[in-house]
Amino acid sequence: MTQAASPAPRVGLFVTCLVDLFRPSVGFAAVKLMEDAGCVVDAPAAQTCCGQPAYNSGDRDDTRAIAEATIEAFEEFDYVVAPSGSCAGMLKKHYPGLFKGDEAWEARARTFSDKVHELISFLTDVLGVTQVPAKAAGKVTYHDSCSGLRELGIHDQPRKLVASVKGLKLTEMADADVCCGFGGTFCVKYGEISNAIVEEKAANIAGSGADMLLASDLGCLMNMAGKLKRQGSNIEVRHVAEVLAGMTDQPPIGGK
Amino acid sequence: MQITSPTFKANAHEALHDAQLQRALGNVRSGFIGKRAKAVDALPEFEELRDNAKTIKDHVLEHLDIYLEAYEKKVEDAGGKVHWAESAAEARGIILDICRMNNARTVTKGKSMLTEEIELNDFLEASGIQPIETDLGEYIIQLRGEHPSHIIAPAVHLNKDQVESDFRRVHTDFPKDRDLTEPEQLLSEARQVLRQKYFDADVGITGANFLIAETGTSIIVTNEGNGDLTQTLPRVHIVLASIEKVVPTLDDAAQILRVLARSATGQEMSVYTTLSTGPKRASDPDGPDEYHVILLDNGRSSMLGTEFQDALRCIRCGACMNHCPVYHAVGGHAYGWVYPGPIGAVLTPSLVGVDKAGHLPNASTFCGRCEAVCPMRIPLPKMMRHWREKEFERGLNPAVARYGLKFWLWFAKRPRLYRLTTYLAMPVMGLFGGRKRRYRFLPFAGGWVRHRDLPAPEGRTFMQQWRDRDTLKQDAHA
Repeated sequence: MTQAASPAPRVGLFVTCLVDLFRPSVGFAAVKLMEDAGCVVDAPAAQTCCGQPAYNSGDRDDTRAIAEATIEAFEEFDYVVAPSGSCAGMLKKHYPGLFKGDEAWEARARTFSDKVHELISFLTDVLGVTQVPAKAAGKVTYHDSCSGLRELGIHDQPRKLVASVKGLKLTEMADADVCCGFGGTFCVKYGEISNAIVEEKAANIAGSGADMLLASDLGCLMNMAGKLKRQGSNIEVRHVAEVLAGMTDQPPIGGK
Repeated sequence: MQITSPTFKANAHEALHDAQLQRALGNVRSGFIGKRAKAVDALPEFEELRDNAKTIKDHVLEHLDIYLEAYEKKVEDAGGKVHWAESAAEARGIILDICRMNNARTVTKGKSMLTEEIELNDFLEASGIQPIETDLGEYIIQLRGEHPSHIIAPAVHLNKDQVESDFRRVHTDFPKDRDLTEPEQLLSEARQVLRQKYFDADVGITGANFLIAETGTSIIVTNEGNGDLTQTLPRVHIVLASIEKVVPTLDDAAQILRVLARSATGQEMSVYTTLSTGPKRASDPDGPDEYHVILLDNGRSSMLGTEFQDALRCIRCGACMNHCPVYHAVGGHAYGWVYPGPIGAVLTPSLVGVDKAGHLPNASTFCGRCEAVCPMRIPLPKMMRHWREKEFERGLNPAVARYGLKFWLWFAKRPRLYRLTTYLAMPVMGLFGGRKRRYRFLPFAGGWVRHRDLPAPEGRTFMQQWRDRDTLKQDAHA
């Protein structure tokens, strides 16, 4: 009697609004990484945004409406994976609390949030990926995005996979775990303060001597890339998934 | 003090362009963080101690009335007097009465944020009584007519050379050509000036880090010993404490002390931990003849039972502001009231009203570093978000932000329309990104492009391309 192979995990990709709109190549890199690791990936069409802008603006009702739609859109999957610690943190850590007092929905939200993972930690911690076959050249530095780091405990996972990319050398910047000043709407509502914070970050990135900056959240990446480019820096900025998937044909975030 | 929280943005602008302040703020970034990390790493049970500390305070907050009354009884058993004050004005009135009854002309003060909260110094001066700050940092800012910019390092916004010039301006009895370049020289001069004032003072006022219900003891921690001299030398000692400072037992205080100094300055313990229980007894060689405790509410009891109750666990260590990127950027004064940083962003709206302090809980990136280091595990970002919810409910947030959000949400809640709009818009936006793949200018994105370029979108959205891939796959199978 032959033993049936366990079926491939079905992953719903929560692509995140920023990746969907600004940098689809991150989404395709995520798909490739998960397919290479044996997953069947789909991106349900009913998804939009995780609702974090509403949630952090104090708008609970709209957040809940979006959360309900998102939960429904992903109910059929074994896992829900987002290439962002911030959005994954929203889905995983904050959705259940939105339904306090509504038992049926709270239970649904918990079942949903249990299935949610950030992309890189999903690869390492759930799928057991320890290395990637990608090649690249140069020195990279990695910025820890706040939600991924502090809500989801992601620190070593991306570094481990980056270290497995042939030809790439990881060099740590000072204060890699300190916020880049993005903070969602914060960066426009308090633009001057945000600027002071990202200036500090840009100095640390430059000080690392790396020629490429990686992170796992497009919001932070766009903020840091925007600052580096405004300063005339040549440092390339990419989502870590692009490098891990060996998909670096697109120009870097914010261009060369 | 004048509340300037409503002009937070303007305050922040000024702070960001204040070269002296920016130089001084470097000390916060470089000093406190490393010292705390080292102290925490050296204590394997630190996380467990945090849990214990939280549990103790949570228990107290659930039974606050019982412990406060038990404490009051013990203070009175020891010969002290407890006064209950609901408001700042009431607390000031009680202090003034005690001072007048003792014909007080000068009052020495240990470091106390609560006396800042009730604006005691201005009030005493207006009543003809001279308050003298004895903590070095507080002494310095009193000379300058300023308020603390940090809850444990009140003068952290200043540089050494600024202090030197203040001392030269005020301490005119000292030789003009004296050397004041070293911090020790400044310290020694302040000590000489203050020494006689301790003896001359009629009343000493201190705050309290803990009130012990089982013994009626109040505890203060200091690094300079000024608190001891303030409370033992004058004839009258007044303790001003807010109601949430009470803990059941000395053991409880000892538990919390193990996380307090480590979180604050990275010390295992503060240099002085001073306990006082009632006035001098017949067998005591020194101590005050009168011992008063003022238990101040000033809005705290209205936080009990609400989503802000957890903030009352705060032990004022300052770790949240020491680790806050916003505090690092603008310093404490920009927050515009007594308590700056993340804890200030939660307490200020509670104590003075969210209509005045609405900026503070919004001026956070929610990076979560404050919560990660808070020894009492106060969920600071969550509480700031609760304040944002209150503001949203009351329509207090700016119209532009509100309508911008509504516009986005209108689409986000309609996936098909969202798809259609973004399918059409993103390729066009992508084209405008040009060869450089970024914008330097963009209408309606001024808040972003003023300070940084905006990376251009690649073109067609992910979902659009994904649909194509799906269609291709299906065609291949057909």
